[in-house]
Amino acid sequence: MIEFTFEIDMVYRVMDSLLPFAWLGHAFMKNAFLAVLFITPLFGLLSTMVVSNRMAFFADSLGHGAFTGIALGALVGIFTPRTSLIIFSLAFAFLITYIKNKSRASTDTVIGVFSSTAIALGLMLMSRGGNFNKFSSYLIGDILSITPDELGALALVFVVVLITWGIIFNKLLLLSINSSWARSRGVNVFAVESFFAALVAVVVAVSIQWVGILIINSLLVLPAAAARNITGNVRQYHALSVIIAMVSGFSGLILAYYLNMAVGATIVAVAALCFFVTLLLKPQFVK
Amino acid sequence: MLKHIWHHPRKENCGEDCRNFCCTKIEHFGVTAGDLTIFADVNLHVHCGELTALIGPNGAGKSTLLRAILGEVRHTGQLHYVDAKGKHTGAPIIGYVPQYLRFDVSTPTSVKDIFAACLTSAPVWLFNRRRLAPRIKESLARVKAEHLMERRLGALSGGELQRVLLALALDPLPDLLLLDEPVSGVDQSGLKLFYELVGELRAKEDMAIILISHDLDMVKNYADKVVLLNKKVVAAGTPEVVLQSEATQKLLGLPSIERGQAQ
Repeated sequence: MIEFTFEIDMVYRVMDSLLPFAWLGHAFMKNAFLAVLFITPLFGLLSTMVVSNRMAFFADSLGHGAFTGIALGALVGIFTPRTSLIIFSLAFAFLITYIKNKSRASTDTVIGVFSSTAIALGLMLMSRGGNFNKFSSYLIGDILSITPDELGALALVFVVVLITWGIIFNKLLLLSINSSWARSRGVNVFAVESFFAALVAVVVAVSIQWVGILIINSLLVLPAAAARNITGNVRQYHALSVIIAMVSGFSGLILAYYLNMAVGATIVAVAALCFFVTLLLKPQFVK
Repeated sequence: MLKHIWHHPRKENCGEDCRNFCCTKIEHFGVTAGDLTIFADVNLHVHCGELTALIGPNGAGKSTLLRAILGEVRHTGQLHYVDAKGKHTGAPIIGYVPQYLRFDVSTPTSVKDIFAACLTSAPVWLFNRRRLAPRIKESLARVKAEHLMERRLGALSGGELQRVLLALALDPLPDLLLLDEPVSGVDQSGLKLFYELVGELRAKEDMAIILISHDLDMVKNYADKVVLLNKKVVAAGTPEVVLQSEATQKLLGLPSIERGQAQ
């Protein structure tokens, strides 16, 4: 632990010399800056396929599932809250993917059922004994309270997601075009879908506390929705989606600092602005 | 080419038994959905360098048969693939062109992206795959579509998309090519070009082709063999015989036959 503190001090010093800005003076802002640096590229990457696979609603339900995960974690207490949250989110994502593939009910209905069940369970558990206020910070998230220890976990997730994204992406791309055609080309649709769902679930689980349940879904939709307005191939789509996510992240952080507002919400507002700008530019790019 | 010359003289004395040159045998194929029998006991022998046209009324099970051959739907019966040396080589490489590809036309994916995603596992979003470009270009040239490489998928016309899908089905070069003819979205000249390409392929690449067709004129001009399917194989043989058989006239209606004869 002492070693890690030493390392984070070094990182702080590097940041001080590279980015000598007033808003980065406090340690909590440095931590938030690092958190944004790790989280936003992931949202940029994942959102491309969330949007292409029409999974916006699914991503939303994962946020709700995480809500129950937090409540259960606080109640059961076998693992640390973060571990139980990740386990629950993974199970939730697998279950939805499985039922979606098995059942003939429409995807919307399946996700709707799970999503509302999860949020109801979460609210029941959290409101037990009138302690709901303890959990209300999860609704809007608080990136300014992130600790160096938790930054380490984010960095780990960052690496894992990046590697997995390199392995499954091509299959996921074929799947996003047409699942039946992808199957005819030898893609194991259920496996790829489950992997992707698991990836989104983990990213949602580790960042929900900092971003907030109410807006986490917007970060999984807006960057790619904005990018696809003005791009024509996969590389441009990814690059622009990641850039929009990161630019929104940093400018949202700075704006929130000076205007004294919730960081997550400000980030989403900037990303939404990006979407409307690209929507206006669309006729010039996509013919 | 050599392979083509080599095995064709044997064709006459081979008959339905294909011990001596490459063919795909579909034996006792059947598919049911709940209580409903889609088709039952379908037996087909498809030889290399031959175009077999699959015709039949709507709901005859034509598309389902292709999907069963692909292994996409649960079916009874077996598929045997025998190569030119008479050895059982197990599963043939199958290329498939669907009737219609439903996809989000706003997807920011180029023709090149799709090829790269099919050909390699190096993530398309990260690498520029310059080395793949010649191979993709060659594949597209085969279907006269090399100018479409950088085009967005959503910006292709129906006929162009069909040709791109054909090019995708041809890399890696399949032993058996399954084609589901588009019924809509492709104009007559696009359809003619598609048939010409398929005809060329059959001769040049020496592959077995099964084609679902709704255009009996095209079948008459391009197919080597015709199979009339209606929940089972009703008739099979040369185009002349099958197209003028009573069963075909009854199942598909007379007008198209008369038009075929008038030409």
